[in-house]
Amino acid sequence: MALRQTPSQTVGPYFAYGLTPEQYGYDLASIAGGDMAPPDVEGQHIRVEGRVFDGNNAVIPDALIEIWQADSLGRYAHPSDPRGSNATFKGFGRCGTGTDKQSRFIFDTVKPGAIDTEQAPHLNVIVTMRGMLLHAYTRIYFADEPANATDKVLGLVPADRRHTLIAQPIGGNAYRFDIHMQGPDETVFFDI
Amino acid sequence: MNETFNPRDWAGQPAYIAPDYKSTPLRGPTKPLIPLPQSLSEITGPVYGHESVTGDDADLTRNGRRNGEPLGERIIVTGRVFGDDGRPLPNTLLEIWQANAGGRYVHKSDQHDAPLDPNFLGGGRCVTDANGVYRFLTIKPGAYPWGNHHNAWRPNHIHFSLFGPSLMTRLVTQMYFPGDPLLALDPIFLATPAETRHLLIADFSLDATESGYALGYKFDIVLRGRHATPMEA
Ligand SMILES: [Fe+3]
Repeated sequence: MALRQTPSQTVGPYFAYGLTPEQYGYDLASIAGGDMAPPDVEGQHIRVEGRVFDGNNAVIPDALIEIWQADSLGRYAHPSDPRGSNATFKGFGRCGTGTDKQSRFIFDTVKPGAIDTEQAPHLNVIVTMRGMLLHAYTRIYFADEPANATDKVLGLVPADRRHTLIAQPIGGNAYRFDIHMQGPDETVFFDI
Repeated sequence: MNETFNPRDWAGQPAYIAPDYKSTPLRGPTKPLIPLPQSLSEITGPVYGHESVTGDDADLTRNGRRNGEPLGERIIVTGRVFGDDGRPLPNTLLEIWQANAGGRYVHKSDQHDAPLDPNFLGGGRCVTDANGVYRFLTIKPGAYPWGNHHNAWRPNHIHFSLFGPSLMTRLVTQMYFPGDPLLALDPIFLATPAETRHLLIADFSLDATESGYALGYKFDIVLRGRHATPMEA
């Protein structure tokens, strides 16, 4: 490696008008928000919502959650995926937990397809906030996917922690996925 | 899969839990991270290029104007974005946000008793050119107090957010200014290992300075680079 990587610093408490301005009502266009899939995007339209908890089990109202996902056929909108994604679906969402009364993040999207034969459908998640000097990565799997049983990433996770990566259906088209930064149910975070 | 990325330089990164920065002990993960092999999910990532930047997005002295010029010292912040393999990264989005000259954020939860500037928003975006070069025009941000400890003040800084070419290259950081006496007292800056702290401080640059107009600062950013020899699957 020729160069040393720039260190990470916290996103701080004031990211809203820089990163999620439209969601928080600032006069600047957002590049992305929680609404990831307009109605014309092919696939099963779902909502994924949840809250973020700290080590005292208190709800965190200033977290920033980002989602990166494949389209409903398992294709990423990125040049390293040669299959060519659905052109209307970018696959990126961003939501702060500071605008919902219950401090939820809410993503309206389509359920991703499986990207290969080794992995069950999943959302890739970036978690960051004031009090984190470096973001953390996790994944959201769906409780109603049989392929979870053979997913190679879930297979790397101790069995008693896998539940922290599984979103549960809560009726309608919605799933709930809470993130616990610490504690007995600390969400599994990955070094990718 | 024939494209992989170099690992995160953990030795040069701040730890999740840095007790002097008092929000970290309850918010940072405590269990060891689980290493993942790099699959399509990791080597891909959000693609935001030229189309995501319009008009005065990179000129913070203009993009928040209502009825005049923002107050404060105009500065130019420029630099290059590289992978740690030394290759410049073209067409890469940078998003920034910062306090105004008085040390006040537009953010609704900023309670600091310093004036808002009606002509300054403090948010901007820019995309690197073919050589990995970016350039912002802005106002030098003021220092501001925060509640971490008695008489705590953040050094002057600009927040930066970049995706780079993959999910793994995501970086959120802060740029500081040379010679700031608050750096030696700031638990966020000091949470960075001593050997890499200097990478967070911009250099004053006479080359980047525009005569009669604004001082220039150079701040290069290094993301994880592409792996030279593909790893075994
Ligand atoms: Fe700040």
